[in-house]
Amino acid sequence: MGRYAIKRVFQGLITIWFIATATFAAMHAVPGDPLSNEKATTEAIRKNLEARYGLDRPVFPDQYFIFLGNMAKGDFGLSFTQQNRRVNDIILDAFPVSAQLGVLAIAFAALGGVLLGAFTALKRNRWPDVTVMLAVILGISVPSFVFAALGQLALVNANDALGFTLLPVAGWGELSHMVMPAVVLGLSTLAFLTRLMRSSMLEVLTADYIRTARAKGVSEGGIFWRHALRNASLPVITVLGPAIAAITTGGFVVELVFAIPGLGRAFVEAVQQLDYTLIMGTTVFYGSFLVFMVIVVDLIYGLIDPRVRLA
Amino acid sequence: MSTYTPRPEDFAPLGAQDAAPVLVRPSLSYWADARARLLRNPRAVGSLVLLALLGLFTTVGPLFWTVDPSTQNLDRISEPPNLGAEARLIDPGQRWAGIEVEDWPAAPDPAWLASPTRAALDAPEGLSVVGTPHTWSVRLRWNPVENAASYRIYRNRYQPTALNELGLPLGDRWSGAEVSYEDALALEPGVYWYSVTATDGLRESPDFQTLRVEVERALPLNTARKAGLIALEDGAPGQRLNLPAHPLGTDYLGRDMLSRLMHGARTSLFIGLLAPLLYVLFGTAYGAAAGFLGGRADAVLMRLADFVVALPFLLFMILFRVASGVEAGESGITAILVAMVLLLWPATARLVRGQILQIREEGYVQAARLLGAPQRYLIFRHMIPNTLGVILVTLTFAIPTAIFTEAFLSFIGMGVAPPTPSWGSMCFEGLKSMLNSPHELFFPALMISLTVLAFNLLGDGLRDALDARMRARE
Amino acid sequence: MMRLGPAGRPLALLLGCLLAVAAPFSGAANNAVDFEGRVIRMVLPQEPPQLDSSKATDQVSTRVLGHVMEALTRFDGQGRLVPGVAERWEIRRDGATFWLRKDARWNDGSPVTAEDFVFSWRHAVDPKTASEYAFILQGIENAEEISQGEAPITSLGVSAPEPRRLEVRFSRALAYFDKLVAFATFYPLKESFYRARDGRYGADAEDMLFNGPFFIERWDHGARLEMAKNPHYWDRDNIYLNRIEFPYITSDTNASLNLFKDNRIILAGLDSETMENALEQRWRIERFDDGSAWYIEFNHREGRLTRNWHLRRALALSFDTYEFINRVIGTPGNLPGLSLFPSYLQGAKRRLLQEIPPPEPVTDWTLAREHLDKAMAQLGLREPPELVLLTGNSPTANKQAEFLQTLWKDALGLTVRIDRQIFKQRLAKMTAGEFDLVAAGWGPDYLDPLTFGDLFASWNLNNRGRYDNPKLDACVRKAQNSVDAGARVQAFGCIQSILLEDHAIIPTYERGQIYVIHPAVKGAIRRQTSPDPDLARAWLEQP
Repeated sequence: MGRYAIKRVFQGLITIWFIATATFAAMHAVPGDPLSNEKATTEAIRKNLEARYGLDRPVFPDQYFIFLGNMAKGDFGLSFTQQNRRVNDIILDAFPVSAQLGVLAIAFAALGGVLLGAFTALKRNRWPDVTVMLAVILGISVPSFVFAALGQLALVNANDALGFTLLPVAGWGELSHMVMPAVVLGLSTLAFLTRLMRSSMLEVLTADYIRTARAKGVSEGGIFWRHALRNASLPVITVLGPAIAAITTGGFVVELVFAIPGLGRAFVEAVQQLDYTLIMGTTVFYGSFLVFMVIVVDLIYGLIDPRVRLA
Repeated sequence: MSTYTPRPEDFAPLGAQDAAPVLVRPSLSYWADARARLLRNPRAVGSLVLLALLGLFTTVGPLFWTVDPSTQNLDRISEPPNLGAEARLIDPGQRWAGIEVEDWPAAPDPAWLASPTRAALDAPEGLSVVGTPHTWSVRLRWNPVENAASYRIYRNRYQPTALNELGLPLGDRWSGAEVSYEDALALEPGVYWYSVTATDGLRESPDFQTLRVEVERALPLNTARKAGLIALEDGAPGQRLNLPAHPLGTDYLGRDMLSRLMHGARTSLFIGLLAPLLYVLFGTAYGAAAGFLGGRADAVLMRLADFVVALPFLLFMILFRVASGVEAGESGITAILVAMVLLLWPATARLVRGQILQIREEGYVQAARLLGAPQRYLIFRHMIPNTLGVILVTLTFAIPTAIFTEAFLSFIGMGVAPPTPSWGSMCFEGLKSMLNSPHELFFPALMISLTVLAFNLLGDGLRDALDARMRARE
Repeated sequence: MMRLGPAGRPLALLLGCLLAVAAPFSGAANNAVDFEGRVIRMVLPQEPPQLDSSKATDQVSTRVLGHVMEALTRFDGQGRLVPGVAERWEIRRDGATFWLRKDARWNDGSPVTAEDFVFSWRHAVDPKTASEYAFILQGIENAEEISQGEAPITSLGVSAPEPRRLEVRFSRALAYFDKLVAFATFYPLKESFYRARDGRYGADAEDMLFNGPFFIERWDHGARLEMAKNPHYWDRDNIYLNRIEFPYITSDTNASLNLFKDNRIILAGLDSETMENALEQRWRIERFDDGSAWYIEFNHREGRLTRNWHLRRALALSFDTYEFINRVIGTPGNLPGLSLFPSYLQGAKRRLLQEIPPPEPVTDWTLAREHLDKAMAQLGLREPPELVLLTGNSPTANKQAEFLQTLWKDALGLTVRIDRQIFKQRLAKMTAGEFDLVAAGWGPDYLDPLTFGDLFASWNLNNRGRYDNPKLDACVRKAQNSVDAGARVQAFGCIQSILLEDHAIIPTYERGQIYVIHPAVKGAIRRQTSPDPDLARAWLEQP
């Protein structure tokens, strides 16, 4: 186990190096540079700016190895757009926002998915099932930005009709700000989990231990809550790890529409501005986060499921 | 009911039988079976019909609906779905010089203006229309107001009852003597309420005068000629002209939505179909090679795949799209395709490798190998046909992802470059005007959703039909 | 009570949680206006990159700085120049003197002295600072030499002979210097504080010192920014508001309109898509000239087709600015593009464009084709050429580029290839000259026609098309060096007619904007130069 963990971490580090190199290469292939601005600057000023950010040295090997060296120290350097701020600080500010939103979205998706999936399995092929499954398939067929826009519009109209603010339409800071974005963000995962849960539940409901429980005289409610739901949820739990990673890093659209200061929005803005350091920092950070999540999930499986042997 | 009494014959041994009863059913190949199963699934059949319709819409559609998707009708911007309209031809003539009252002060006396107790100005009297109001110009005039330094002209769709309801501030006249205004701002046929207020240079008067104006649709002769609606020599002012229909409305430059959707389908479906096809093909070859070679080669190949999987997809999609340096006049489709293929192949590669490893150990493959079948035979006879189902299902589910990715890139302004239409970029542009002209968002979003829906349903059906292990348990 | 099914209970619980979460929000604490606490809330279009006034370049930074800093002079609501830190001043041909008021203070209580301006201005032209706005100090003695690294920074023509007297020496006449010093780069900086922050000045709220009506109390990067009234500000009695908060950072117009509708912010800009919605809501809609002039710039570099006058004229003759503002842009408030100079600029006595009226633009496709034929003959082309139109990737830029592409195809049979690039790539291509046509705009740095007038001088680095015309350069020099108002107006007239007759650019429009504002907020100022919008002296009236 210990040796396996070390091996995985080592592989993870190589992967992160690969991500860093790929980002570095892609970014420096972009024509233009972060120092061009709407107002033209003189040569002397430009030289000083270049020197400040180390852009006066050759891209390879100097800039590349300086970047790798700093990255190894966990330092992504100064941002170009948010001058005087370190990329580390920007990530530290923005990532928790994305993470909170992601966790809430996953919670919504998992809870909703499990309940809806179980519910439709119980009502199999009757109208509630058909309706929900139709909604689910629609849910994965509509682009997220349409949902985001519609969600915001719905809130505006709801607040208008109610005469008080049910939920704020945009912004960040309180839990109430997160509700609608989390719902929008979690929607497609919810649809996916509902489908998964439904088929899992259908399988469980025909299992022998359910029949046994029923024969013993356990009430239908008891069967549903104590036996069926718990067992059917297992496959859902196994896909949660990757889903959390995907959602946390996939919040661009929601962050843009709902004015949420998350890392996704920071990245999109950084690309527009060609903010080298912020782009590098975000990509490497997200890449490391994904790699880390995968390792953790694998290790946890090894601990939980004796069938997975870790060599 | 009768009671049964055993008889001695019942206990006599049966004679020898010819043979066991032969149960015959027509031999079904894997594919024939899959097809039958797919066609029994109503949702899958529905999705096939839908896809066929989409195909027709894209290929045959433009043959019937021949409107050029790039023709701009600046007189018909963001129109909802319609079956045409009627316009009166007009001669635009010269630009209106306006009306300036002679010997009227441009600004009030400074001494008067300095007095804090000065009275509020009157509302401009005699607000009236000069000439016939139509969608290219509404000419207004009013009587000058004493002590006015400027006039402000407003326009609304509703009758205003208070100062804050006057509507759009169209513009200002910066002199007390200039008492006319020509409005040409995005006029549509219908009723407008124009209001004019006077300002003494510091304060706007709370009194206003309002005029109801009915605007009729018109088209300048030269515009009609340029658009090819009438022949060069034809047409006279006052004549009525039928304008073409736009069954799905028009967009922000007055371009026909139906035609744009048909042409946009090409972009979206091109990316949506070709990108998955390419990366699934590449992934298959890669995964098959890894699985078949095994050993060290397999380890190295899969390590590389792991690297690529670890790249955050959307981040790298954006980076590659920007880094590809799309030049002038290029749509950027190739850049999006390449980026998608570069980033998405490993999933298929992993899947196919797993399949190959599994099939390699199957009894029939072992048997074939023992019988001396050559490698090529093993690959083409056993490996490929037996993984094809899985690959096909992967491909079907990959299409929605590709279509969404194109739409997402368009959403952040990094999709295909104009003037190439795509459903994604149409959605992006429609999103802005969602409140006023919902059709600009609704139709492209509907097309995306229908296509994705069809491929999702087809994927479900194919999975059920092709893959016994992944078959939904119903 | 309704009996809930097995799945109903958790759903009810979830709903309950949602409502509980929402409940604290429904109070007035986050409304657009708080009458008791004298608070207003607004949206910031983006996070200010940093708030060091010597390096600030963008509108968001200068908007924030305009509320928390005060220059020697400032503009009031009517656009008149009024005293700021300077009580009075004197502009001469060779220099200027500013007498500072004695009650001007930093928010740590220390007085604002002339030394603070000397340090700030020297710091701005110091090449080590690498301020992109160093050019704005040109005209002060030795400013150019210092920013090129050819003279020591102490040689800058500015000194503080007394704590409350600032002396400035010019290397050329600066008739508009009193207006110029209202700009952000000229704000004071306190040297001891600045040095103590060790390069972090302006990075965070605690890394700044303020001398304006407000100070920044809280700055959560990317999320919110809050300003509170500065108790040390000399004119604090005329500041009504206690707080100005920016709890939202978004550039999305739909999101801002939704926030406005939801009574979260006091001001929201409108565009052609959202204005109908505002009409339906029966809101009072306001408009103002945002100050920027927009035009299509040609590439005049050697070897470019667009060097040909007939081709430029053909392109200009097919363009109709009225159609462009009325149909393509479609929002009120935009004015036709008649000149490089926007209409609000003041001349000697009246508005500049009343004193030098530009010719009415001509749109004539037949004439345009004749010029195209001449151009093709001169260039030795058999077919109409292909041109590259460089543009940004915003929806507005797209729309305009698509319109122009179709327009020139229809009018001249020209193929225009759109080159859509992200912001920095577009700038890089503009600087490198990789375009034939580029849609560009210019906002004024100070309220003098020269901020537009010198744009196409051959030495101006913002002249991305490298238009080079000695006659124009001579007129620009005249406008720069003269202190006589009449002579300057004449020089601007000369610049205008050269640009229009030579078709150096095609003016497209003069931008106006429309917006909605909370009816209780009075005294909000919209203007052409930063800070816009200016709410420092706004007040609230209960409706």
